[in-house]
Amino acid sequence: MELQSGKLTQDKINRLVDGQLPASEQADAMTALASDPVARETLRAWQVQREALRELHLPLLEEPIPETLLVAARHRQQDLQRLDPWWRWGGMAAAVMLAFGVGWLSHGQLDGPPMAFGPKQSAQAFIHQASVAHAVFSPEVRHPVEVTAAQQDHLVQWLSKRLEKPLKVPVLIAQGYELVGGRLLPGDSGARAQFMFQNQAGTRVTLYLGAVNGNPAPGTTVPKTDAEQAAFRYSADGPVASFYWVDQGFGYALSGAVPREELMRLAQLVYQQL
Amino acid sequence: MSKLPLTEHIPSLRRYARALTGDAWMADDLVQDTLERACSKWRLWLHGSDMRAWLFTLMHNIYVNQVRRSVRQAEAGTTVNVDDVAHELLASDSGAAESIDLQRCLLRLPQDQRIVLLLVSLEDLSYAEVAKITDVPVGTVMSRLSRARSRLRELMDSPARPALAVSSNPPTPLRRLK
Repeated sequence: MELQSGKLTQDKINRLVDGQLPASEQADAMTALASDPVARETLRAWQVQREALRELHLPLLEEPIPETLLVAARHRQQDLQRLDPWWRWGGMAAAVMLAFGVGWLSHGQLDGPPMAFGPKQSAQAFIHQASVAHAVFSPEVRHPVEVTAAQQDHLVQWLSKRLEKPLKVPVLIAQGYELVGGRLLPGDSGARAQFMFQNQAGTRVTLYLGAVNGNPAPGTTVPKTDAEQAAFRYSADGPVASFYWVDQGFGYALSGAVPREELMRLAQLVYQQL
Repeated sequence: MSKLPLTEHIPSLRRYARALTGDAWMADDLVQDTLERACSKWRLWLHGSDMRAWLFTLMHNIYVNQVRRSVRQAEAGTTVNVDDVAHELLASDSGAAESIDLQRCLLRLPQDQRIVLLLVSLEDLSYAEVAKITDVPVGTVMSRLSRARSRLRELMDSPARPALAVSSNPPTPLRRLK
């Protein structure tokens, strides 16, 4: 729709915020973002807003469902039983469609684009997102994180829940980095988390993590080499440099404007601790 | 496929309805109407596959119709200043004042923008899915989304934001639904 180089359109910013920008367009978007402070500010504000909206009535999702609503839903169940033969056929048809759908999708996944992104592209996208998240939030003075280190237990609990995986915050005190806090971010395939650390000089590094796309479902035969899984990968494509690795279906990217050796050392420490 | 797919969708329908209407009772009424409509139109769903999108479409249509009706009724009579009912805007436990503020600003968005913003933000629906639910072209969804985000940001940043307890600022007429 908009093939504009240089400036980021609002459509693109929306797509970035909602994790709906195709991986193939991410590199261009990052480049544009790097030289467009207004777009960067818009992106940041919209990301914060999106998270605030998601938080707004979050407890409702855990609340017990009112009886009146359950009754309304149960009527449907009774209707179903009355419609039994129809329902069975419908159910069967749905199952067949589902089977076709699954087959078609996984077929697409194995054959690569345009249905799905290969592991390489998804890694690139992940690193880019990590790098952008770093660039967007680390300069923040007032709201660098959503939950501060003072509430570390709450932070870890909250993010573990949203990422559906028990998380741990690495300790980098010996290297001079203290935890500032963390935040929740949207990713391609679900929630991502960002932990921020800062040293005495005010230099910030961020650890970005989340489930990675193209993560083979159990039972499928996507070739994966264990060596590649745990291997560190360095990328300086985004606004800041990152080290990236994958461990048990989870991607991690440590980003920061620090020398490569230092970043590598920190990344190794994080890897050992998690 | 689960045996009770319908009940699994109730929590997210409730959350969306709450953010959309800003009112707990109104929201659950809307969810109930949606569930009842789903029951009576059940056969229509079997032809499709995405239950969630279907339920949100039903809810959207019910909501839009209700608003249209209540606007017609309201033209004859009462309007309610949203600040006067701010205490009824139930917020979540965390940061109550900020949540109420966000909810109030949300209610100040034009309805079309609010719907798109909430469907995208809360439900992670693709823009194409939102276009189908709201029955408008994708381009319209995108522009409503941009406008909603820009406007909400302005509203939240606006220095004229009144303190909660004191509603001494000039009233912004906003019709209360139903």
